[in-house]
Parts: sequence; C-alpha cells; structure tokens
Amino acid sequence: MFSWILFSDKNIDHGSIDTVHAVVDTAAHAAGEHGGKENVFTELLHHIKDGSEIELPFIGHVHLPHFHVFGIDMSVTKHVVFLWLAAIILIVALSIVARKNLKNKVPRGFGNLIEVFVMFVRDEIVIPNMGKGGLKYLPYLLTNFFFILAMNLLGLFPYGASATANVSVTAGLAIIAFLMIQISAIRAQGFGHYLGHLTGGVHWALWPIMIPIEVLGLFTKPFALCIRLFANMTGGHIVILALIGLIFVFKTIVVAPISIAFALGIYMLELFVAFLQAYIFTMLTSLFMGLGMQTESHGSEQGHGH
Amino acid sequence: MLDINPGLIIWTIITFALLVVVLGKFAWKPLLQALQAREQEIADSLKKAEEAKKDAERMMQENKIAMEKASTETARLIAEGRAMAEQLKSDIVAKANESAKKLIDQAKDEITREKESALAQLRSEVADLSISVAEKILDESLDGAKQKKMVDKVLQQLQKN
Repeated sequence: MFSWILFSDKNIDHGSIDTVHAVVDTAAHAAGEHGGKENVFTELLHHIKDGSEIELPFIGHVHLPHFHVFGIDMSVTKHVVFLWLAAIILIVALSIVARKNLKNKVPRGFGNLIEVFVMFVRDEIVIPNMGKGGLKYLPYLLTNFFFILAMNLLGLFPYGASATANVSVTAGLAIIAFLMIQISAIRAQGFGHYLGHLTGGVHWALWPIMIPIEVLGLFTKPFALCIRLFANMTGGHIVILALIGLIFVFKTIVVAPISIAFALGIYMLELFVAFLQAYIFTMLTSLFMGLGMQTESHGSEQGHGH
Repeated sequence: MLDINPGLIIWTIITFALLVVVLGKFAWKPLLQALQAREQEIADSLKKAEEAKKDAERMMQENKIAMEKASTETARLIAEGRAMAEQLKSDIVAKANESAKKLIDQAKDEITREKESALAQLRSEVADLSISVAEKILDESLDGAKQKKMVDKVLQQLQKN
C-alpha cells in the first residue's frame, strides 16, 4: 500500500519537476539577456537539493559514504546527516532539560520554554483532538513536533539544511503518521469496526463506490501532510535564495540592500513557518488519529467531512 | 529535491523510531512526570488555600457572632445596672421622705404636748392667782366700789399675761 503512495507521489512530482524546470529555464534565459549566468539557478537549486557531501565552515566539502543495503541506496546524504543532527540535538538537550525539570520545582529558562511546548502539545493539541485516551500517543506526537521543529530550524543556520525540505523525509514522517492513524483507530474500535468504517455507513449497494473513496481518503491525509511540510519548507528557502541570487543576476551592488532587506523579512517569516509547520503537522496527525478513535456512530460522519 | 529516495525514507523512519524510543525514555517520561507532579502540587495547594480561606471566614463569622453577643450582653448589663440604681435611688428618697415626715410628726406631737402642758400650768396658775386675789379681797373690807376696782385690776393683769 505504500508503493501506491510512492507511485502517486511520483506522478505528481514529475509534473512539478517539469514546471520548476520551465520556470528556471525562463528565468535563466531572461538573466542571460542581462548578462547573468545560468549558474546562479543551478547554484540555487544545489543549496536545496540533497547531496552526497556537506559543506563545513573552515573545512570545506566533506564527502559522505555511499552504500547499498539489499539493493536499496542507503547512502548517508546531506539530509540524512541533518536528520541525525536534529535527533542528536534533541536527545541531548531534552534529556538534560528533563533531568533538570525533575529536580527543580520551578523550571527556568530553556527548561521552562521546553515545558511550555510540551504543555501546549498536550493541552492544546492532544487532549482537544483525542481526549484523555490520546495521552498514550503523546510521546509519539511530542517527538513528531520537536523533530520536525528541530529539522526546520537547522535549515535556518548558515551551512545548515532543512531535512524537511526533502520530500523523501516528509514522506517518511507521513508514512509513520499513516501507520499511527491506522493503529490508533484499530486499537480504539477493533479491527471489525475499523473495516466497517471504510463502508462509510451507507447502503451495501453503494459500497463499490464508497469503499474506494474511503480507502483513498486514508491515503490522502498523510499525503497532504507530506506535501504541505515539504512545500512550505522548500518554498521559504527558494525565496531567500532567489532574493540573494538577484544580486548576482543583476551584477550590481545597488540591488543588495533591497535583496537583503527582503531576504531578512522572509527569513523571519521562515522562522515563524518552522514553528507553524511543526504545529500543523502534529495537530493534523492528532486530529486524524482522534477522528479514527471515535467509536460513536456520529464520529464516522464527522470523519468523512473532508 | 523532488525525486523520491527510498533510502532516505527508510533512514527517516529508522531515525524517527529510535528517537521516539530514546526520547520517550529519557525526555518525555521525566518531563511529563515533573509536569504532572507540579500540577498535582498546585492543585493541592489551591485546595488547601481554599480550605484555609473557608476556615478563616468561618472563624471571622464566629468572632462576629461572639462580638455581637458580647455587645448585647454589655448593653443588657448597663440597662440592668441603671434600673437597679434608679430603684435604689427612689428607695432611698422614699425612705428619707418617710423619716423626715416621721420627724416632723414627732416634732408636731412634741409641740402639741408642750403647749397642752403649758396651758394646763397656766390654768392652775390662774386658778391660784384668783384664789389669792379672792383672799386679798376678802382680807380687805369688801366695799363695793373698791371691790369692783380690784376685780377689774386683776382681770386687766390677767389679760396682760
């Protein structure tokens, strides 16, 4: 069933790739007339793209190992490195904070900040969407929120990259979200009810129409999560790089103040979006899980309102 | 950027799964525990404060009642004292009046008695005098004119007395 997602993703991706290429070509052509080089745009895309090397300050380019496992390319790429970096930062920072908060009765500074987010996820996301029964999925949702947030924020550092600006990473997160949504629904309602849910509660004669729609609905939710996060994170980066790229396209320093002012504005927007997208991904996952967990008959009606 | 890389998806899933396990053990469990403990403590403190407030209010109510009782008691005592004093005063005045009246009555009786005894004395004196006068008259020869004169004289003397 995941191959289906990948397959459909590919279909859409080819379309968008063509569009992006078309835009880039037109812009490069226009830039060429002004004396700029196509180089600017390839450079621009290079920054967002995953790669087999990372750039470090004072050291330069570091090549990452390539290897295959069972015929799958499991090479450690730039985004895998940032994935791990985000994970390591979270493990170190959060375990220190957790130990401190357990000792201090009144958490201060960073510990307090983390606790505000934890409380927000618990009281504003999980409990309203899933009720008290959702608290057993709290560790998953908290990890989801903080992991996405950490990856988003890493892209805002110099030499950094957002792993979430890679559609494969967001697809991985969406697959986990898909599994969690189904598991929580099956655990809350039982497998029979879960399957019954797929008929949409209509007359059996309509089942041939209803069941494919419902099954499709199961996949569209995580698919939307995947694309939303990816597009939001990529979009901000492209805008910043394009604004900076203008300086090189026009080959004049006069554009620089304007470019930088706008880039700074977009950067701040991206800072906000980093938090916002982590919240939206977590909130929607929690919402979908909550809808699946409702056992009452009216729950199914609400569940299909999308 | 846009092509699906299965290796990266697998890496993401592996990393995420490990992260959930590790953070679940070392971060979320203690964090949520601390949070819950604190919330419990806050709730308990609030409850205690509420109880203390209720106690204080109850005590204040009691104090108020006691004070009211005390003030009514005081008023009653004052009124009682005043009534008693009034009673005492009127009693004393009545007694004084009575004894004064008694004294006056006694004095009056005394006066009457003295007067009566004085009159009785006078009467006996007058009788003695008349007898002596009569003796004198009888001693001197009783001539009509002289006699009359003498009697007048005696009577005049009597009147003067």
